[in-house]
Amino acid sequence: MKSRFTDKIFVFLCLFAVLVVIAMLAAVLGNITYHGWDRLSWEFISASPTHGMTEGGIFPAIYGTVLLVLLMAIFVVPLGVCVAIYFSEYADRSSRLYRWTRAAVDNLAGVPSIVFGLFGLGFFVQFVGGGVDQVFFGGNLTFRQPAILWASLTMAVLTLPVVIISVEETLRAVPQSFRDASYALGATKSQTIFRVVLPNAMSGVLTGGILAVSRGAGEVAPILFVGAAYFLPHLPTKLNDQFMQLGYHVFVLSTQSPDVEATKPLLYSTVFVLLALTFLLNLVAVAIRARLRVTAGSGR
Amino acid sequence: MGAPLLSAMSANTTALPTVETSVARRRAWDWAIEKFIYLSSLVAIAIIVLIFLFVGREALPVLTSPQVHEEVTLSTMFLPQNYGTPEAPLPYVWQPVGLHPKYSVMPLLLGSLKATLIAMLFATPLALLAAIYTTEFAPRRMREVIKPVIEMLAGIPSVVLGFFALIVLATVLQDLFDLEYRLNAINAGIALGLAVIPIVYTICEDALTAVPRSYRNASLALGASPWQTAWKVVLPSALPGVFAGIVLGFGRAVGETMIVLMASGNAAITSWNFAEPVRTLSASIAAELGEVVFGSPHYHVLFFLGVLLFVITFAFNWVGTIAVARLRKRLTGADR
Repeated sequence: MKSRFTDKIFVFLCLFAVLVVIAMLAAVLGNITYHGWDRLSWEFISASPTHGMTEGGIFPAIYGTVLLVLLMAIFVVPLGVCVAIYFSEYADRSSRLYRWTRAAVDNLAGVPSIVFGLFGLGFFVQFVGGGVDQVFFGGNLTFRQPAILWASLTMAVLTLPVVIISVEETLRAVPQSFRDASYALGATKSQTIFRVVLPNAMSGVLTGGILAVSRGAGEVAPILFVGAAYFLPHLPTKLNDQFMQLGYHVFVLSTQSPDVEATKPLLYSTVFVLLALTFLLNLVAVAIRARLRVTAGSGR
Repeated sequence: MGAPLLSAMSANTTALPTVETSVARRRAWDWAIEKFIYLSSLVAIAIIVLIFLFVGREALPVLTSPQVHEEVTLSTMFLPQNYGTPEAPLPYVWQPVGLHPKYSVMPLLLGSLKATLIAMLFATPLALLAAIYTTEFAPRRMREVIKPVIEMLAGIPSVVLGFFALIVLATVLQDLFDLEYRLNAINAGIALGLAVIPIVYTICEDALTAVPRSYRNASLALGASPWQTAWKVVLPSALPGVFAGIVLGFGRAVGETMIVLMASGNAAITSWNFAEPVRTLSASIAAELGEVVFGSPHYHVLFFLGVLLFVITFAFNWVGTIAVARLRKRLTGADR
């Protein structure tokens, strides 16, 4: 009897832990939704900040964020797909190249985001940007400065493991019989991969891209020194322009605003927009993945 | 990259000159694409090497440049100095801006350690117990809800958690525990814990799920209760995985930037009092690099902090990966 009783207590303790975690999640989401909803309007989303950022909207920050993640996706998705194809289709699992590449991707996923920021500054801005200026612009300062191009490249490096893991998982889920059938029809390996395996893994490419975009939209530390700006009167139009970004906007408004109480309602709405953006993207990715599981299950 | 290749390939196959040339061409394409894919895997390796090289390159003057050594050396960074008076000695001071800049890394290391320690003390029990509940006790329906909901925490951008800690959590904690400072190590640590929970939870949950069903059946057949089975059979078998979860969570917490930057108060104080503000390695880089003079000793020291952070997280990830591999070996009896 006694052991039954202690049993119940421990199980309850575990359940309690689950409830605490969920309650904290609910507190964060609830608090931000509750306070962020008030000031949310079409004007807030479509207008520029005015009156020293205490009024107006956040359109430039949304625009900058979207531009940043789109550029990032253009860089990261093709590379991520190629590495995933290597892992799933080409790699000899006992080879040194496989183990090194795997270790590199694992470690890349663990590098702190601020270190990516340092890397972006030291490599992309100073080294690559400096090199481009030397070669194409006769040493005039054009690309050796923080810019949206360098920020998106930095972000692409950071999100690379996200794309690789997602794509690889779906590539592996494509049944071997598909490949065998393709080979039996006389297709070469590359034809099999690009016309049979990859089209059947498109949902993974899509989820990988979306997860990367969601992650990239929420990260701030990597772009602190490679292109994010506090306030810009114009939208970025060139690759070497600076840009405003939602997360950076939140950071600046909440830590460097002269009057936090005055900006608070606006700040809450900005956080809400950022959260909604990243969460919606995540939900879409989860939905696609769930559908994939269903179709993969019925195929067997 | 795929599309032009594909169109080029279909162009080849529609205009077949002879069977031999078409086969040769297809072979050539196949060879070229294979090499291209191999090359892309090399890019992945190159990136991690480049990160180390280029962050290291800007940090190197801290070790080699005489100009930088006029302001800072390794010994002034790590060993106690005489910054105070004999009555009130100040052995470790981080004060990079001023007439006589002081670059002692110790307050920052201690700050990172304090915030991370709180985060782990807060996150580990919750994440582990939640993982045990999910795999061992929850009905199947409930399991399918709990897992994605807890993993939603991972989808919250760290700047949002930082904002929440700065605006809401700090006030709640100050009122609750009657703290002197609003922003302190406890506040930053708990917010950091929220970011770490999904990591520890996911890895622990994976490890517990990987324990074979037969272990549980054997234990239950011997008369053990479900809790005894979970605590004395399943958990010990999954221990390397649990350890990996904690280690990887620790690595993430040490490197996390925006949360501590916003919620910790950012004062470089050398004390073990957890209710005082702290300044971490990551937050120092984030806060100072934007205003630093390019190429100054301070600039190089900040990159040196980056290398330090990189090496610390690298070591933690390495240990974590080894632990996961060991778990796999233990449960399946095979290398991967």
